[in-house]
Amino acid sequence: MRDRAAIVVGLLVFLFLVTFPVWWNLAAGPASAPPKLPLPAGEKECVAPAATMRASHMDLLMTWRDQYVRQSDRTFVGPGGRTFARSLTKTCLKCHSNKEEFCDACHNYAAVKPYCWDCHVAPPKEARG
Amino acid sequence: MSTDRRTFLGVMGLGTLALAGEAALGAAASGEATGHGSKASRRWAMVIQPYKCLKEEGCKACTEACHKVHNVPSFPDRKHEVKWIWKEPYEKAFAAEHERVAESLREKPVLVFCNHCNNPPCVRVCPTKATWKREDGVVMMDWHRCIGCRYCVAACPYGSRSFNWLDPRPHIEKITPDYPTRTKGVVEKCTLCEERLSEGKLPACVEACPEKALVFGDLNDASSEVSGLLEENFTIRRKPELGTDPEIYYVVGGKPDVHV
Repeated sequence: MRDRAAIVVGLLVFLFLVTFPVWWNLAAGPASAPPKLPLPAGEKECVAPAATMRASHMDLLMTWRDQYVRQSDRTFVGPGGRTFARSLTKTCLKCHSNKEEFCDACHNYAAVKPYCWDCHVAPPKEARG
Repeated sequence: MSTDRRTFLGVMGLGTLALAGEAALGAAASGEATGHGSKASRRWAMVIQPYKCLKEEGCKACTEACHKVHNVPSFPDRKHEVKWIWKEPYEKAFAAEHERVAESLREKPVLVFCNHCNNPPCVRVCPTKATWKREDGVVMMDWHRCIGCRYCVAACPYGSRSFNWLDPRPHIEKITPDYPTRTKGVVEKCTLCEERLSEGKLPACVEACPEKALVFGDLNDASSEVSGLLEENFTIRRKPELGTDPEIYYVVGGKPDVHV
């Protein structure tokens, strides 16, 4: 049992290394807070409640895409019977016109890379209000 | 309890009749409910009047308008060319059997684009259903679903489909933000401006033509301008012998009412 000290030190080092991601995140602290998304000025209502949009906007966009392109179903009836064009660029980006601060901020935080923008065109900077 | 053979057959027969009757009634009822609305009974078509089209030599108004609104790239190298609507020498657009067509037409280029065939070979070969025939006649594309196999490019006998060998974005002069671009590895072609049709607008090429040489309309409507033109004029279609049944017609008969 003459190696007790070396074993204990070795175990401690091992535990530290295994739990390193936890310490790292604790040390990083507030830097890992989710981004605050700017709300569009002059518009209070989205096509669905904010919680739904936050959780499943990607499903909504995929459904809109198929309905628009494949079924030629171009209009969406939102809350209160309000109608919207099923269009990423003509509806979503009209309000959330700053793609970098709205889409990209969250997608970078969540480390997802949607390929919408490979084809669809974000409004140019000079067109933003 | 005993059932004799005669009663058993009788009951079974009545039961079969009842089932068949119910199925027939159900089919009739659902047919009424989903019956063709005004949208489905349309058949979009285009009639091109080459005599008017040729009035101004080298006019590219339609091509420029189309390629601008649809973000069609122009690559410097011809082997990467992407095009939706363009001019083709007569003998390439039409086969040689139209010997009797006036010489003034046979020597000039012809405006060509996707024929929106009623029997489109491109649709038949597409493995992902990225292209299909809509009920209103448009041969539609879903670029989200195109995997770039280029079967459709090979199948189209008119060369109406182009493949993006390179990223098209750097080669678009000025991007129209309302319409998507395509990416490398996607096939594209004329969609008969379906995005404009759904807003009640005419196709961009029809609107841009200074001579009104392109006429767009509904073939199922007997009073439409296209129906009238087809009734009054002798028209030809591209490669009809292939059985693709194109919906783009070219007026070749009659006297040119304009100088060619």
